[in-house]
Amino acid sequence: MSSVRLLVGTHKGAFVLTSDGKRRDWKIDGPFFTGWDIYHVKGSPVEPNRIWASQTSGWFGQQVQRSDDGGKTWNPVGNKFEYDGPTGTHQWYDGTPHPWEFKRVWHFEPSLTDPDTVYAGVEDAAIFRSTDAGQTWQELNGLRGHGTGPKWQPGAGGMCLHTIIQDPKDPKRMFVAISAAGAFRTDDGGTTWKPINRGLKSEFIPDPDAEVGHCVHRIAMHPSRPDTLFMQKHWDVMRTDDAGDSWREISGNLPTDFGFPIDVHPHEPDTVYVIPIKSDSEHVVPDAKLRVYRSKSGGDEWEPLGNGLPQRDCYVNILRDAMSVDTLDEPGIYFGTTGGQVYASADAGDSWTALARDFPAVLSVEAQTLP
Amino acid sequence: MIRVVLPAHLRTLARVNGEVKLDVPGQPTLRSVLDALEARYPTLRGAIRDYGTLRRRPFVRFFACEQDLSHEPHDLKLPDEVVEGKEPFLVVGATAGG
Repeated sequence: MSSVRLLVGTHKGAFVLTSDGKRRDWKIDGPFFTGWDIYHVKGSPVEPNRIWASQTSGWFGQQVQRSDDGGKTWNPVGNKFEYDGPTGTHQWYDGTPHPWEFKRVWHFEPSLTDPDTVYAGVEDAAIFRSTDAGQTWQELNGLRGHGTGPKWQPGAGGMCLHTIIQDPKDPKRMFVAISAAGAFRTDDGGTTWKPINRGLKSEFIPDPDAEVGHCVHRIAMHPSRPDTLFMQKHWDVMRTDDAGDSWREISGNLPTDFGFPIDVHPHEPDTVYVIPIKSDSEHVVPDAKLRVYRSKSGGDEWEPLGNGLPQRDCYVNILRDAMSVDTLDEPGIYFGTTGGQVYASADAGDSWTALARDFPAVLSVEAQTLP
Repeated sequence: MIRVVLPAHLRTLARVNGEVKLDVPGQPTLRSVLDALEARYPTLRGAIRDYGTLRRRPFVRFFACEQDLSHEPHDLKLPDEVVEGKEPFLVVGATAGG
């Protein structure tokens, strides 16, 4: 019988939650790396017991931890992230040029085909790749060096590359997203990149439809339709059907189109999930009610899902990497909050239960479906 | 024999308990002690000093004999009491944050 493993990164350590396919009873292991920010934990789709964790600290910098036994034991691997070539400058908060400085890894994206290859999205924004199971890291510097870098600027959380999506049908194509620069695509395996932000409008930048400068919060893809991407932007939920060459807004009847995570149903490529947040200045759920919104029509028409979630006195946020889906026939949907709760639905979002209520603030959630 | 005291998170990273004892050839300096420490425990590379520049990370401090050596040049010779093992060399996580 299949089982599910949840990898949860928090402000004070990592947790591993496991359940059988019924997803009623969960075992919680951890915390691992207690006291450290664990920005992201993600397993290899090729070897699910190989898991990567980004362990980071304002005091002691970046560590990369790798487990080869499903999260039971961990070993530090390479943590040397050096930009390749001249670092150049991006915009600082006050608009002045600021040199690129490595701060932390926000996101790991293990290769779809090779367990020794993994990508890392980092702050200040760049993408690195390891092909030796994390011992060494090389920057794919065509992204940072493609020309618009001096116009990129940090969002409130830093200038981070937080989303990496591999095209399962075209191994040369990848998508990344950066706050606050926008979305980018490579069609040659990471050597060259181009901005793919046409159709985005951001009223908080001087030129609302500029080529770069958009604060993209998250992008999601269904593997059966890699030309269709769904985006949660700072404000606006967007969709493209031509691999990012053009975007259109699909916010529709959402109560607010600000938010962070976005994800797609594993078996229905037009079923999309978001968690609206009141505003960029308040960063809490609207009306003190925690509700996931689901569209079964690929956007525009959304339904609230709050059965089992707090519907009063709730003031949490859900961060961009803190939602995930499993791939069981009746899929599980999972998300974690800044209040330390981890919620799960075993029926595609119709009803929810709390798996944990008192974790540290949740930074990331990844679901693994195991045979 | 140089005695080095690490903060708890770095002891966990290095998988050591208590003090670390290092043989440092020649006249020990800040740099040579840190080099020896990182050579013995490679997981500490990048955690105390930045890669490349080898600059002390901003929230890490070096104390010895009730003196703050954090801002001293890295070729500073360590005090005799540290070199003789009478006093430890302390790597400290600065008191910062909330």
